[in-house]
Amino acid sequence: MTGTIPLQFFLVISTLMFFIGVFGFLTRRNLITMLMSIELILNSVNINFVAFNKYLFPQHLSGHFFSLIIIAVAAAEAAVAIAIIINIYRNFKSIDVDKVDEMKY
Amino acid sequence: MTDYSYTILIPLVPLAVFLFIGLTGHKMKPIVSGLIGTAGLAFGAILAYITAISYFWGGHEGAGYASIKAFEIPWLHVTKNLTISLGSLIDPISVMMLVVITTVSLMVHIYSLGYMKGEKGFHRFFAFLSLFSFSMLGLVLATNIFQMYIFWELVGVSSFLLIGFYYEKPSAVAASKKAFIVTRFADLGFLIGILMLSFNTQTFDFQTLVSQTGPAISQPGGAAFMGLSVLTWSLIFIFMGGAGKSAMFPLHIWLPDAMEGPTPVSALIHAATMVVAGVYLVARLFPVYALGAPDALTVVAWVGGISSLFAAVIACTQTDIKRVLAYSTMSQIGYMMLALGVSGYGGHDGLGFMAANFHLFTHAMFKALLFLGAGAVIHAVHNNDMSGMGGLRKYLPWTHATFLIACITIAGIPPLSGFFSKDEILVAAFHHNPVLFYIEYAVAGLTAFYMFRLYYSIFWGKETHYHHTPHEAPLVMIIPLLILAFGSIFAGFLPFEELVTSDGLPFELHTEWAIAIPSVLIALVGITVATIMYRKVTAIPDKIAGSVSHLYKWSYHKFYMDEVYLFVTKKIIFRFISRPIAWFDRHVVDGTMNGIAGVTQFASFNIRNLQSGKVQQYAYVFITGALVLVFIFVFLW
Repeated sequence: MTGTIPLQFFLVISTLMFFIGVFGFLTRRNLITMLMSIELILNSVNINFVAFNKYLFPQHLSGHFFSLIIIAVAAAEAAVAIAIIINIYRNFKSIDVDKVDEMKY
Repeated sequence: MTDYSYTILIPLVPLAVFLFIGLTGHKMKPIVSGLIGTAGLAFGAILAYITAISYFWGGHEGAGYASIKAFEIPWLHVTKNLTISLGSLIDPISVMMLVVITTVSLMVHIYSLGYMKGEKGFHRFFAFLSLFSFSMLGLVLATNIFQMYIFWELVGVSSFLLIGFYYEKPSAVAASKKAFIVTRFADLGFLIGILMLSFNTQTFDFQTLVSQTGPAISQPGGAAFMGLSVLTWSLIFIFMGGAGKSAMFPLHIWLPDAMEGPTPVSALIHAATMVVAGVYLVARLFPVYALGAPDALTVVAWVGGISSLFAAVIACTQTDIKRVLAYSTMSQIGYMMLALGVSGYGGHDGLGFMAANFHLFTHAMFKALLFLGAGAVIHAVHNNDMSGMGGLRKYLPWTHATFLIACITIAGIPPLSGFFSKDEILVAAFHHNPVLFYIEYAVAGLTAFYMFRLYYSIFWGKETHYHHTPHEAPLVMIIPLLILAFGSIFAGFLPFEELVTSDGLPFELHTEWAIAIPSVLIALVGITVATIMYRKVTAIPDKIAGSVSHLYKWSYHKFYMDEVYLFVTKKIIFRFISRPIAWFDRHVVDGTMNGIAGVTQFASFNIRNLQSGKVQQYAYVFITGALVLVFIFVFLW
C-alpha cells in the first residue's frame, strides 16, 4: 500500500483539521464546541505523528507511541474539561464563554 | 560611715504611687487617691529628714561633709568605656534639696486635698504630682550628669502635664506647650554641654568631675574657640539648660504663662523646686565652674543679675497676682544665680555658694507660702486679678497673717529668714562686683515695693463687693500655710555656713552691718512707698504711672519680650527657614514620590484592558503571536 498515497495527502488533511480546530476555538462561544475544536487540533497532530513515522522512520515506533499518549491525555483532558464546564454551568447557568469573564481587571 | 543606700527609696516611692494611682485611680474614690499620694510623699519626707539629721548631725569622720555615693547600678552599657548609671549621691546640697522638695511637696499635697476638691481629674492631678516628685528627687540625687539629664527631662514633662492640667482651656494648653518648647530648646544647650564636657573628660560621674585632681579641673585646657576654652563653652551650654529651667532672661518667657496651671502646682514646681533646678545644676558642678572656668561663672552672675532686675521691674506693674509672684520668683532665682556667679571656691570665698543655697532654701519656704496663700485667695474669690480684690483681710484672717509674714520675709526684714539669706548674697556680691551689688540693692527695694503692692491690693485697698462673701479656706489648706510660715520665720537661723559650703568645710560667718543696714532701710523705703500708694485708694499710682508712662507701658507689657520672641520665630525663622524647607518638602520630596506613583497609575490604567477575562481573546493574541514568530523564523531568519 505504501507508495500509493503520498505523504502530502496526510499533511494536507492534518493541516486542514488543525486550522478548522483553531478557527472553531476562536469563533465558537459554546464551551463544548470549543472542547471539540481542541480535540480536532490534537487529532491533527496525531495524524502527523503517525504519517511521519511511517514515511520517514518505518523501523521505529516512537510516533505511534506518541499518538497513543496524546489520545490518553486527550481523554483525561476531556474529562477534566467537562467537569469544569459543568461547574461553570452551575455557577453561571450558561456555558457561553463570553459570560465567563469574571477574571479581569 | 553610715549606709545611705535607703535614700534611693525616696524617689522610688513616689514613682510607685504614680504608677498605682495612674493605673487604678479612676476606680477609687478621689479622696483615696489623694490620701495615697500624700502618704507616699510623707514617707519620702520622713526618710529625707532622717537622712538630713544623720548626715548633718549624726557625726562624721574628718572635717566637713563628704560626698557619698550611696547607691549605684549600671543602667546602660553602651561600650566598655561608656556606661550610664543610676543611683543616689549624698552630699550637703543634695540632702538640703531632699528636705526642701519633700517638705514643699508634702505641703502642696496636703493643700491640694482641699484646693482641688471636686475638680475633675483629681486622681490624675495627684498621679502627676507624684510623678513630678519622683523626677525632681531623682534629679537631685543623680550621681552622674546623664542621670541628671534624664530626670531633668522628666521634670519638664511633668511640668508640661501639670501646667496643661485644665486641658480644656486653650490658654492652659498654649502655656504648657510654650513651657515645654522653651525649656526643651534650652535643654538642647544642656545636652550639647554634657556631650562636650564628657567628651573632654571621659566621664559623666559628678564625683570625678568635681574632684580637684579630676580631668575637668586639673586639665581644663583643650582647644579654644573665640578665646574661651572648651570647658568654658561646655559649662556655658550647660548653664543654658539651667537658665531655661530656672526662667533666666531671656529664656524666662514660659514662667508667667505657666501660671495657667492649678495654684498648688505653681507653688510646687514654678516657685520652690523645679525652677531652682538650674541653680542646683550650677551648684552641683560648682567646683568645675569656679576652678576650671571662671569666665562661665561671670556669665552666670550677669545673667542672674540682669534677670533679677528685669523681673523686679515687670513685677511692679502686673495685675494678675500669680504673675506678680512668677516674676518675683524669677527675680529671686536671679539672686541665687548671681550669688553663685560671684562666689569663689573654698572657705570664706565660697560665701556666695552658701548664700545661693541658703536663699534657695528660704525662698522655697516663703515663695511656696506666697503661692499657697494666693491660692487660698483665688479659692475664696474665684478670680486672680488684683483689680477685683481688696479688703480681704476681714474675710481671710489666717491667709492674711501668713501672707503678711511671707511678704515681710521676702522683703528681707530681720529676723525673718529672707533677711539672712539675702544679706549673704549682697555681701558676696559686694566683695566681687560693685555694679552687680548696686543692682541687687535696687532689686531689694523693688521687691519690697511690689510685694507690698500685692499685699495691700489684696487685703487692704478698696472695699470690693463680691458675688458671695469670701470664706476662709478649709483647715487642710490652712495647716500647710502655717507650717510654711513657721519655716519662713525660723529657717534663717539654720547655720548654713557650717552645713552647705562649697568645699564641705565650715567657715566663720560675720554679719557685715555696713551692708545689712542699708539693705533693710531700702526694703523699708519700698514698703513705705507701697503703703502710701496702695493702703488706701489714692490717685498716686495713676499719677506716677502717667508721669513715667513709657516705662510703665514697657513694664506692663513685660518689655515686649513675648512680642520679640514672636517676631523672631514667626517673622524670621518661620518665614525664611521653615517656609522654604516646607516648600521643598512639599514640592520636591513629595513631588518625586507622587510623580512615581502617578506614572505607575497612568500606565496601569491604560494597559489594564489587556486583561479582559475573555478566553478567546487571549487565545487569539496567543495564536497571532505564534504565527508571527513562525513567520519570522521561517522567512526572515
